[in-house]
Amino acid sequence: MTLRRTARAMPALLRIGFAETVAYRAEFVIWMLTTTMPLVMLGLWTSVAAEAPFRGFGQRDFVAYYLATLIVRNVTSSWVVWQINEEIRQGNLSMRLLRPIHPFASYAATHLSAVPLRTLIAIPMAVVLLVTSARDVLATSPVDLALFGVSLIGAWVLTFFVLVTIGTLAFWVDRSMGLFDVYMGVFAVLSGYLIPLALLPGWMQDVAAHAPFRYMLSVPVEILIGRLHGADAAWQVVTQLAWATAAVLGARALWKVGVRRYEAYGA
Amino acid sequence: MIVVDELRKHFKVHRRPPGLRAALRSVFHRRYEVVKAVDGVSFTIERGERVGFLGPNGAGKTTTLKVLSGLLHPSAGRVEVDGHVPGARAAAFLRQITLVMGQKQQLMWDLPPAETYAMNRAIFEVPRDQFDRTMKDLDALLDLGPLSTKPTRQLSLGERMKCELAAALLHTPTTLFLDEPTIGLDVAMQLGIREFIREYNQRHDATVLLTSHYMDDVVALCPRVIVIDGGTIIHDGDLRALVKAIRPDKLVSFRPLAAIDLADLERLGRVVQHDPARVALEVPEDHLRDVVSHLLSAMTIADLGIEDPPLEDVMRKLFKDKRAAAADAPADAADAADDDDEARRDDDEGAA
Repeated sequence: MTLRRTARAMPALLRIGFAETVAYRAEFVIWMLTTTMPLVMLGLWTSVAAEAPFRGFGQRDFVAYYLATLIVRNVTSSWVVWQINEEIRQGNLSMRLLRPIHPFASYAATHLSAVPLRTLIAIPMAVVLLVTSARDVLATSPVDLALFGVSLIGAWVLTFFVLVTIGTLAFWVDRSMGLFDVYMGVFAVLSGYLIPLALLPGWMQDVAAHAPFRYMLSVPVEILIGRLHGADAAWQVVTQLAWATAAVLGARALWKVGVRRYEAYGA
Repeated sequence: MIVVDELRKHFKVHRRPPGLRAALRSVFHRRYEVVKAVDGVSFTIERGERVGFLGPNGAGKTTTLKVLSGLLHPSAGRVEVDGHVPGARAAAFLRQITLVMGQKQQLMWDLPPAETYAMNRAIFEVPRDQFDRTMKDLDALLDLGPLSTKPTRQLSLGERMKCELAAALLHTPTTLFLDEPTIGLDVAMQLGIREFIREYNQRHDATVLLTSHYMDDVVALCPRVIVIDGGTIIHDGDLRALVKAIRPDKLVSFRPLAAIDLADLERLGRVVQHDPARVALEVPEDHLRDVVSHLLSAMTIADLGIEDPPLEDVMRKLFKDKRAAAADAPADAADAADDDDEARRDDDEGAA
């Protein structure tokens, strides 16, 4: 019932979200620049692997890896933690709470509607680079490519709701942005954002294997560059969807408790 | 119908004095106080009533409105709006209320108001023809004209408020919570918004609960006024009756055409002003007739006027009297409390 109503309102929300993204295009481009870390790492690692492959990663592997990372990160990252944090602290969440739609739906609409513009700006560049310099390492089977598509959606949902959860903590702590910085540090290492997980020390690989972070980035990346395929890839995607479901439920539960503490500051 | 029964809303507030030392100290030991923003408020409002909510800053007006619109959860007591518990924020509840806050906006800053209208239409599921009709009505009442297509940030305060009202009323709610809807607006705009609210109330038989710093707003609009101070109700009913109870005197003013002796005036009433240009006296209502006829027969005067004392003065006196009475009683306005379960606390002293 509620879900159907939300679905009916979605097209309008997405359209308006897109209009807002366009209105904020300058900030948007600057913010995009902050997601270019993979390009820095790309430069670094290709020079390391210039003469000989580094633990199984040649130059082309690094190019493919970091460009795939750039693509996935572009689609899945968002500033929703900052947004929720500010709205709770300054009392602007009130307006959202007065509307008969779950705030998660309106946040999701805002951030989903930014994806097309991001794709427009960043992805073509990455695609061109991938195809010209690393074509032979990309996944080619239709099944793997389909799995990549699903895993990209799964990564978006998982990342978004983990970020929503961190933002929701602002109901308890004055600024959840501090927690976000800690999270980003852990994420950068355990998701494969900084370094391919295969290059981490053994014990860290174990940790990464059992943590949710790899499903936000590394899994779709590995599928796209053909390091994960077939049944293995399918199993990883199933695990990812389980994590994503847990994130949605966890965020909802936390929100339900937290919103009772909302103090609607200002005015 | 709105039912508020023994509503209490207490906030825990972190206190610390200014300065670096205090800042460092507050890292380890946080001191909290409980502020009783609303402390045992009860009232009932029938469908279609227009009720004014008066009180000084921090009296608990806005907090009560936020509880009624479901933003805040009561610390204790019962609140019901048309059979709904606001805090549950059921869709059916949110569709029939609106909250307009003069100092908070729902319009999207960088987009024209029309986009906010479109979004609200989708979220509140207002059918297209009804939307067009309501928009036309609102346009006629508020004179929106071309405002809706300019980016919100380029609108003046008054223009923005009009658009805020339109956005808040698009789904034709039957209960209106208005928190300072005319703040910062010029007199003409205040008047316009006031008339609009009355018109909306009559057209939709909507319940209106309004707070305003402008007493004129409240008096002109609301037959019933609830006065709240320090989180409790100190008056509920007709405002004129309240004024009469506090200040039974009328203000008689005139322009003297010849010099009048102060002693002569003092025999008639309390002299508030005694200038060559204007004389003002406070006169008990039952003496009014005698005083006026005496003035007209025995003195040469012009521009005689009789009015109630200014409302602001009356309210100030009311709050002052109440505070004085409270000061005599043992004060417990704020309880200092150390907290046990706060995530934000980082206490290593284990104080009780």
